[in-house]
Amino acid sequence: MIDFSRRRLLRNAANLGGGLALSSMLPSWARSATFGLAPTAPALTGNAIDLTISHAHRHVDGRAGHVVAVNGTVPGPLLRLKEGQNVRLSVKNELSEETSIHWHGVLLPFQMDGVPGVTFPGIKPGETFVYEFPVIQSGTYWYHSHSGLQEQEGHYGPIVIDPAGEDPIRADREHVVVLSDFSFMHPHLIFERLKLDAEYFNYQQETVAGLLTGKDQTLKERAEWAKMLMNPTDISDVTGAAYTFLINGHGARDNWTGLFKPGERVRLRFINSAAQTMFDVRVPGLKISVVAADGQNVRPVEVDEFQIGNAETYDVIVEPSEDRAFTLVAEAVDRSGMARGTLAPRTGMTAPVPPLRNRPLASMKDMGMDMGAMTMGGGAASSGGMAGMAGMDMSIRSPRNGPGVKMGPGLQMITPMPVDRTGERGQGLESVGHRVLVYRDLVALAPNPDTRPPSRALDIRLTGNMERFMWGFDGRKFSETTKPYAFRKGERVRVTLINDTMMAHPIHLHGHFFDLVQGPPGLRPRKHTVIVLPGGKVAWDFTPEAGDWAFHCHMLYHMHAGMFQVFSVRPLGGETA
Amino acid sequence: MSRMALVGGLLPLAIASSAIAQSADTMSMPGMSMPAPGAPTPVKPDAKAPAQNPAPANGMPDMPGMKSMDMSGAGQAAGTTPVAVEPAIPDTPPPPSPTDYAADRYYDPAAMAAARATLRREHGGATAYQAMASLAEYQARPGGGGYRWEAQASFGGDIDRVLLTTEGEGRLRQGLDSAELQALYARAITPYFNLQAGVRQDFAPLGRTYATVGFQGLVPYWFDLQGALFLSTRGELLGRVEGTYDLRLTQRLILQPRVELNLAAQDTLQTQTGSGLSNAELGVRLRYEIIREFAPYIGVSYDQKVGKTADYARARGEDPAAVSFVAGIRAWF
Repeated sequence: MIDFSRRRLLRNAANLGGGLALSSMLPSWARSATFGLAPTAPALTGNAIDLTISHAHRHVDGRAGHVVAVNGTVPGPLLRLKEGQNVRLSVKNELSEETSIHWHGVLLPFQMDGVPGVTFPGIKPGETFVYEFPVIQSGTYWYHSHSGLQEQEGHYGPIVIDPAGEDPIRADREHVVVLSDFSFMHPHLIFERLKLDAEYFNYQQETVAGLLTGKDQTLKERAEWAKMLMNPTDISDVTGAAYTFLINGHGARDNWTGLFKPGERVRLRFINSAAQTMFDVRVPGLKISVVAADGQNVRPVEVDEFQIGNAETYDVIVEPSEDRAFTLVAEAVDRSGMARGTLAPRTGMTAPVPPLRNRPLASMKDMGMDMGAMTMGGGAASSGGMAGMAGMDMSIRSPRNGPGVKMGPGLQMITPMPVDRTGERGQGLESVGHRVLVYRDLVALAPNPDTRPPSRALDIRLTGNMERFMWGFDGRKFSETTKPYAFRKGERVRVTLINDTMMAHPIHLHGHFFDLVQGPPGLRPRKHTVIVLPGGKVAWDFTPEAGDWAFHCHMLYHMHAGMFQVFSVRPLGGETA
Repeated sequence: MSRMALVGGLLPLAIASSAIAQSADTMSMPGMSMPAPGAPTPVKPDAKAPAQNPAPANGMPDMPGMKSMDMSGAGQAAGTTPVAVEPAIPDTPPPPSPTDYAADRYYDPAAMAAARATLRREHGGATAYQAMASLAEYQARPGGGGYRWEAQASFGGDIDRVLLTTEGEGRLRQGLDSAELQALYARAITPYFNLQAGVRQDFAPLGRTYATVGFQGLVPYWFDLQGALFLSTRGELLGRVEGTYDLRLTQRLILQPRVELNLAAQDTLQTQTGSGLSNAELGVRLRYEIIREFAPYIGVSYDQKVGKTADYARARGEDPAAVSFVAGIRAWF
C-alpha cells in the first residue's frame, strides 16, 4: 500500500506548480497525459487497503459540482489486486448518510458483497466496515456504492486483478478507461423529475417541425405509435440535457489523454461506471480487438465499435503504429452527448472529434413485433415451430403472453413475441457502416467450469411503465415483492430474461458469472451484466452460490424505481439440504 | 328533476373512457397479420438489419437474413456449423422460497431488518410531490379583462396519491365568478388511468360542498382526459369532462388544444346553471418551455354557454358566448 500523506503532499505540490484543480481531484491512474499503468504506477495494492468515503467538490469542464468521493477523488482510486491473494478493505464513512461499497463482478462470500439490506447492514456515518475475502479471479472490474443514488454522485472506481500466472493477453502498455455520466443536478431531483415527467430530459422528441422536414417517422407511423402510447425517441431516460459524459473523470473539454509509443500493443480496460448511460465506443483510425468481457478473457474479436452497457467492462487491444493522436469516442446511445478522450504519443496532441451521429428511433422490433425476424428467428424456435404460433395473442399487453406476471399499473406491455437478439447490434448501431461487436461474437478463451445441462428453467420478465416511471421484474417493483427468486446451491439453472419494455436494460447478477447460451457450448462467454434489448430475450445458465444476492437493472434510476430483486440460494454453509 | 337522466348521460362517458383504457391495454398492432401455420414465409432481408460482420469469432459464417436466428436450435436446420442439440430442460419446480435472511447469520438481525426496510423504500417505494399551475392566465375579452387559474398539488407513491386541486375565474374589479378547491385521493388502476374521489368546496359563485368521484388518464394518441361527478350536500349533481393534447411543434414550443364541458342534472337558479350541457370551453394555447417547469403561453379561449344556462346569461344581459385572448404561465416544481 502506498503512503497517502506522501501522495497528498506530492499532489499539493503539483497544484502549487500547475494550479490544476482538476488533477488534485483525480487519482493518479486517471490523470491525463500519462503513460498509463506501468508496474510502478500508483494504485492501491497489497493485503490491506484503506478507503474513505466523503463529500467533496470538483470541477468538470471548468464547472464546480458536488461529489461523493473515494479517498478524495472521482473516480476513486484504482485497486490493483492479484489473483490468489487475500484482501482486507477498510471502508470509512465520512458522509452524513449511510454508504457501502459493492465489488462489482468480484466472486466472494455473499456477506462481503456490500449491498445494504441484502448482504450486510450498510456502513453508518462515522463507521468503518472491513471487507475481507480471497481473490479467486483475474480481470477488469470495478466498485461502487450500493446506497441510495451515491453512484451517480461519483462513488465508483476501477479494480484490476492480475492473474496468478502469465496473462494470456499480451500488451506493452495499458490504460484504465472509466466512462461515466456526471450531473450538476442532485440525483434525487433527477429521479423526481423522471417520476413527474418521464420525458423531462428528452430534447430529441419527434416534432411537427421534424415531420415537415421529413425527419423521423412518417405521419402514419407516428399515428400507429401514438395509438399504442409508445414513444420511439425514448432511448435514454437521462440525457446530455443533465449529463456531462466523462472519461476517467474528464469532460470532453478536459480531454483525458492516454499516451502510447507508436507500434505498441495498448490494452484499454473499459469500464462503464455511468448511472444511466450506455455508450457506443470507437477510436476512429484504429481497429479494436476485444479480448475480455466483464473481466473474463474471450477469443480476440476485431471490431470498429462496441456498445457498453452500464456496469459492463471490455478489455481491448489497439495497436497505433503511426506517430499521431487518435480520438477516443464514447457517444451516449441516444446521441445527446459524448465522452471524448485522446490516445496520443505526446501530451497536447489532439485528433479530430467526429460529430454526434443521429439518435436512434425505436422500431417495431423493439416491441417484439417484427414479423420478418419472428418467422426466421428465435421466436419460432422457442415456441416449437410454426404450429406453435397459431392462435398466438399479438396484443401488446396480454396476460396469456406472460404467465405469472402481475398485471397492474406498473406494467405497460408484455412483449408478444420476444426474440433472441444477441446477434444484433445495440440501438443506434444498426446501420453504421463498420463492424460492431455483438454478443454472439464472444467466445470464452478458457473452457467453462460447469458444462452440465440445466436441470430447470426460469423466465424473468423485465417490466415497466415508462409513463409512470415504474420498473420491476415480472410486473412487480421490488417494494411490492413478497418473496425472492429461490435457488438450490449448486444446481444448474437456465434463466431467460425477457424484455417487456421499450428500453434496453443491462441486468446484473451479484457474485456470479453466468454463461450466455448463445455461445458455443463449453466456451460460452461468461458475464456478470448483460444488456437485454427491447423486445428481446437473453438466456444464460448459472450455478448458484450460497447466500442472498442482489439482481437488478444497472440503470441506476430503473433500480431505484423498483427493478431489483434478490436471488436466495440455499442451503447456506453448515446446513444440510 | 332529471338527476337520473344526467347519471344516465354521464355513465356511458365513464364506461367509454374505461373502455378506452381497456383497449389501450389489449391493443393489437396495426397492420399485423399472422402468417397461417405452415405457410412458407419468404425470407426477406431486412433493410434495417446490421451490416454483416465479416468473420464472427465463433467460426459460424454469417448468412443473409439469419441475424436474429436462434443458433442453438434453428441454426442446425439451416445447415450452419453443427451445434450440439441440447436436451430439453426438465420441468423441475423451483425450491420453496426461504423464510430466513442469509445476512442475519453474520450481522445483527435488528440492523438487517432496518436495512431491509430502507432497501424496499429505495427500490420502488419512493414518494414524490408536485405542485403545478397548468393555467394561470389573464383573459382579455370584450367588456373587460378577466383571469383564470387551474392548479394542483399532489403527494404520494406510484399507486396511491393525495391531491389538492383548485380552479376558478373572475373579472378584474368585479371579483370571482367561480372558485373551487378539491381534496382528492387518487389510485392508479391501469397503466394509464387513475381513479379519484374526494370532496369539492366551492367559494364562488356560492358556497357549496360536493362529494366527487372521477378519473384521470391518458388515452390512445396521447390525449389527456379527465372527468368527474359532483354531488352537493343539497342534492345537486354536476359533471365535468376535460381533454387536452400536447402537440409538440419543436422541442420546446407546444400547442395545446383544450376542451372542457360542464354538465348539470338540474336547473339551479342560484348558480345560474341549467340542466344538461351548461357550457363548453374550447381553447388553444401555445407555450414555450424555457425549462420544462416554466412555460409562458398565449392563446385563445372560446366559452359558449348552452341551453338554459345561456338563457340565464341572456336574462342577465350577458352574451352567452365569449372569446378571450389569453396570456399566462404554466409552471410546476
